[in-house]
Amino acid sequence: MSAAGIIFSNIHDNNIPELTRNRTMASVPFGCRYRLIDFALSNMVNSNINNVSVITHYNYQSLMDHIGSGKDWDLARRSGGIKMLTPFITAYANSTNALYSTRLEALKSVNNSISKIVDDYVVLSDCDVICNIDLNDMIKYHIENDADLTMAVKRVNLTKEQAKINVLVDSDITGRIVDVQAYPTLFEGEADINLNIMVMSRKYLQEVVLDSIAHNYTSLTKDIILKGLKRRNYHIYRYDGYFACITSPQDYYTSSMELINDKNVRKQLFGVKNRPVYTKVRNSAPTYYSPEAKVKNSLIADGCEIYGEVENSIIFRGAKIGKGSVVKNCILFQDTYTGENVTLNCVISDKNVVIRDNKHLSGDETLPFYLAKGKMI
Amino acid sequence: MYKKKECVAMLLAGGQGSRLYALTEKTAKPAVTFGGKYRIIDFPMSNCVNSGINTVGVLTQYQPLVLNEYIGNGQPWDLDRMSGGVMVLPPYQGKNGADWYKGTANAIYQNLDFIRRYAPDYVLILSGDHIYKMDYNAMLQAHKNTEADCTIAVLEVPLSEASRFGIMVTDDTGKINDFQEKPKNPTSTKASMGIYIFNTKVLEKYLIDDENTPGSNNDFGKNIIPNMLNDGMKMYAYPFEGYWKDVGTISSLWEANMELLGENPAFNVHDKQWRIFSRNYAAPPHYIGSDAIVSDSIISEGCEIYGTVEHSVLSSNVVVEKGAIVKDSVIMSGTIIKANANVCYSIIDGNSIISENAKVGEERDLAKGIAVIGSDLVVTANTIIASDAMINNDSVDGKSIIQK
Repeated sequence: MSAAGIIFSNIHDNNIPELTRNRTMASVPFGCRYRLIDFALSNMVNSNINNVSVITHYNYQSLMDHIGSGKDWDLARRSGGIKMLTPFITAYANSTNALYSTRLEALKSVNNSISKIVDDYVVLSDCDVICNIDLNDMIKYHIENDADLTMAVKRVNLTKEQAKINVLVDSDITGRIVDVQAYPTLFEGEADINLNIMVMSRKYLQEVVLDSIAHNYTSLTKDIILKGLKRRNYHIYRYDGYFACITSPQDYYTSSMELINDKNVRKQLFGVKNRPVYTKVRNSAPTYYSPEAKVKNSLIADGCEIYGEVENSIIFRGAKIGKGSVVKNCILFQDTYTGENVTLNCVISDKNVVIRDNKHLSGDETLPFYLAKGKMI
Repeated sequence: MYKKKECVAMLLAGGQGSRLYALTEKTAKPAVTFGGKYRIIDFPMSNCVNSGINTVGVLTQYQPLVLNEYIGNGQPWDLDRMSGGVMVLPPYQGKNGADWYKGTANAIYQNLDFIRRYAPDYVLILSGDHIYKMDYNAMLQAHKNTEADCTIAVLEVPLSEASRFGIMVTDDTGKINDFQEKPKNPTSTKASMGIYIFNTKVLEKYLIDDENTPGSNNDFGKNIIPNMLNDGMKMYAYPFEGYWKDVGTISSLWEANMELLGENPAFNVHDKQWRIFSRNYAAPPHYIGSDAIVSDSIISEGCEIYGTVEHSVLSSNVVVEKGAIVKDSVIMSGTIIKANANVCYSIIDGNSIISENAKVGEERDLAKGIAVIGSDLVVTANTIIASDAMINNDSVDGKSIIQK
């Protein structure tokens, strides 16, 4: 049994336009030192999936920079390893090169690569799946059920608002999928939601892609899964660990804050034995706390220098908090610099932001104040 | 094939570091943890890479497992190269028998074949037990400018301490006239840092001669350098200014760790132009709890702090539970300080557990010395470890205060 992985890197870019202005969803910073794709990649690597393709189509410079040769995920391999599938635009470009917006269109656009996969199974994953899932177990389950497609789901209690942004999966007692509802407007209550991690046999995936090209299908859910429910054997795989995906800027903020406010979230994400989360190594020095530093309930990466007060915050690598400054409920990205006597509350600062002495900035938990990359205040 | 290199570095990393006692029971000195996320060997290795030297032979002998594993293929230092890179050189069995490395000079002699592959013009000899940042390339330029046969890096030390070092007596141009190994009445304050650049041909000749001299100590400081001086070879001192620390003893290791603290630390590892590279173990960011107090300390990845940490250096994945106090101490990776335990003026090696209400060491003013606890040990609850205690595996047997 061997498996290949495919990751969709631009899916959901529109959910957090501020953060994806200059980057893909996959390369959005998260949790002090990670980019969102680190979770999907680590899940694959920790499950011995060593042949991973990342489909991307725009804004992918930061993603390429992050991935590099793939060696930080142990994916710089002679055979397999990581492959970036960028748009293939020929000199004779015409309308057929139009960029895709759905997963199925993305798969169609890389049909050539998919046709060359030799592994028995393929795991398809979105880039914003913040979880630590054992894909080996999922593949094993897929094989046991002799399924054509296995979808990872999680049982959750949904409000009407949450149901509107999720795909709900109904299954019978054997776990076979009987119905799929995309973004229902009136649903409320307990349901299995699609986590956008799927296992397919390589042959079935190749068949689906060719079939979709022939019929000009565009949606995996509507054109393939819903149509095939009766004929095909689609199964759910229940995952019950921590899971988050990013649906809005507000959601990004809340999911980040869960990391500091819930010990179990950190444990289920980072504390799973033999399943570490890998990321690009930056060789920062460890973080220094000065004698005046006061830090409470915060998650802090390497390379920071802290001279002021930090509370309920997430501080990325290389950030500096000046003397007399107070940072509360904030998410400060890589190399954010705050001068002296600055106060920040509910602020998300992008990379390389500089906040000069004596500035006071505040957002609200329901609307965090966002500072764009490289801004100086 | 092997590309010619201008300069090849040979890093002597076989030392036992017996004065670090419990800390070097299972690891060679160069692999001892330093400054949170580093090992001592990261400093000379990073200096090599930052100085543009990409062929490094690491000579190992004592307890090499951790060191070999740490160096691996050299990837953390960008030393996984097509040509050159890092190569671990252990003692080996040859046609005429097997020899341990008998001395520093003999270790290089036994690996002359490694050096010859790259046909370097110069050989840089380094030792793996010092903490410093140095541009070896600048030293190489000085070596070329003076057209010396050998250049030795020297550090100004106070006259009162000069008798602990190998001392170089030079003229105004830096030419070495005399060498005194640990002199009783030093006449110079230029101490050798154990960093040498040789012209390859000269080095080869003296190593071979030394090997053929019966009764030689096969040591650079005791044999090679004095012999070259006697023969009137052209030898220059290269003055080094900046932080340099021999971390060969418990107290100097503790001091060097503490010198990383402060707003303008004596030794700065935050310099982005001269990064110190180290192997990374994919630990998550560290978490500081709601009741935690952290001040004047260095905290590494993966730590979880719920208690108090003052004026200390913590390596990765250290846990300090609620009510526990860590003060003036160096805690190495994976060690857990349980609730209400008290650790003062101590060095605790990796993966040990200090149980609830245990007390290790004394306040610095009252302590007789630094308490040291080896790796993989458990100090049981309510135990008191004296301020100058040295706890290792041998202390475990038959004593109820510590269990393995």
